Amino acid sequence: MNFFSDEQWRVKVGLAEMLKGGVIMDVTNAEQAAIAEKAGACAVMALERVPADIRKEGGVARMASPKIIREIMATVSIPVMAKVRIGHFVEAQVLEALEVDFIDESEVLTPADEENHVWKHTFRVPFVCGCRDLGEALRRIAEGAALIRTKGEAGSGNVVEAVRHMRAIVGTMKKLTVMAKEELVQESKRLGAPLELVEWVAAHGKLPVPNFSAGGIATPTDAALVMQLGAEAVFVGSGIFKSSDPDRRARAIVQATTHYQDPKAVLAASEELGEAMKGLDVRTLSEAELLQTRGK
Amino acid sequence: MKVGILALQGDFEAHARVLERLGVEWAYVKRPNELAAVDALIIPGGETTTMLKFLESNGFLEALRRLPVEGKPLFGTCAGAILLAKEVTKPPQASLGLVDVTIERNAYGRQVSSAVRRGRSTLTGAPLEMVFIRAPIIRRVGAEARVVAECDALPVAVEQGLCLLATFHPELTSDTALHEHFLQLARARPAAPAGRR
Repeated sequence: MNFFSDEQWRVKVGLAEMLKGGVIMDVTNAEQAAIAEKAGACAVMALERVPADIRKEGGVARMASPKIIREIMATVSIPVMAKVRIGHFVEAQVLEALEVDFIDESEVLTPADEENHVWKHTFRVPFVCGCRDLGEALRRIAEGAALIRTKGEAGSGNVVEAVRHMRAIVGTMKKLTVMAKEELVQESKRLGAPLELVEWVAAHGKLPVPNFSAGGIATPTDAALVMQLGAEAVFVGSGIFKSSDPDRRARAIVQATTHYQDPKAVLAASEELGEAMKGLDVRTLSEAELLQTRGK
Repeated sequence: MKVGILALQGDFEAHARVLERLGVEWAYVKRPNELAAVDALIIPGGETTTMLKFLESNGFLEALRRLPVEGKPLFGTCAGAILLAKEVTKPPQASLGLVDVTIERNAYGRQVSSAVRRGRSTLTGAPLEMVFIRAPIIRRVGAEARVVAECDALPVAVEQGLCLLATFHPELTSDTALHEHFLQLARARPAAPAGRR
């Protein structure tokens, strides 16, 4: 892709590279941010309400208040991310003016535009976007996302959708690597993604930006599971601050994410953890209750 | 020769790609007992607060401090440079203290101030492309330490004995000068006594 050699693009993807192997934790205030940093989070995500509460309370979910984001930025030394509604480029402009380190254009908030995402190339702050399959991932990268995360089903405490989405992306990438050039043209059409990006993935067998997992990770074993399936880092939302002992759970998920290939370490991280968040059977949710179907 | 890459968190994979390009054998290191199997160690970029969660237990910091004593060189980039420094500020935190510099975290500012800059290194003499990401700044260089690269009149790479640090990310560029210099340090290492390897 022509933008891959741009200095600004390289610096954006560079920050995403620095987050690999880590845990990015949702926080709603400075106190939670301090707990997350002390537990070993590699970044925090500032938002008004965690997805489980957004799901429960309903209403329009928007960007967090600048005051809270500022307090979080003043409290921790790790990168601070914040969410904007899909397509709400003015919320993104405001977050850039605030100098957050990463912007998440997120399906967890109520979409502001049901057709279009933000054109992310014009921003200096890097963006992360969610996806459910390879086509969606490549469309977001074409728009300028420097980091991709699978959507999973946020606020569900159920890892099933995160697994589905990671398997979908990794599986499709594997298929691309054995396809003939002429088949890639058809595949690009099927995926609804630019041919250049499809060709890049076919040649390299991976995304041109880091690929993280999100949406439903609630335990150390969930984190190690998505890592073994190909995630390069994990986002944990409601899973930490909706559990009975957030501090201990946060530390445990950090341990399990780094040592995801070592069952003994994941076991050690899983002991004496208290109650995980309750969680939802995603199959009982109606189409309208699903967050993952927002943005295509 | 096998080069270890500390893979607790951060851009360890980017360093692995450089070592692959240079045709050097490498291995990820996640535990102190894995250090015995490598001849040198790279500490990558990432978050020092996260890495310290792991390094401050099981005697990991002490094991890393012993590496130069055992003749094994260390190379730290960005977060790795902070961990190698003698003194860390904003905020102060634990470090290996192997290179006599004072280093200030996130000193250029937040991500909007991250940039690709151009500097000079005494290792090549040629201009060097440098990727700075939420980078620290070296505020003091001790008498024992030697500046090997500068950018915008600031020291950005320093070495002392078997330790090399850079506040930027050579692993994110195509210029392998710093990695090659580090490998020379590793190759010059005297052979370990029989039975140790």
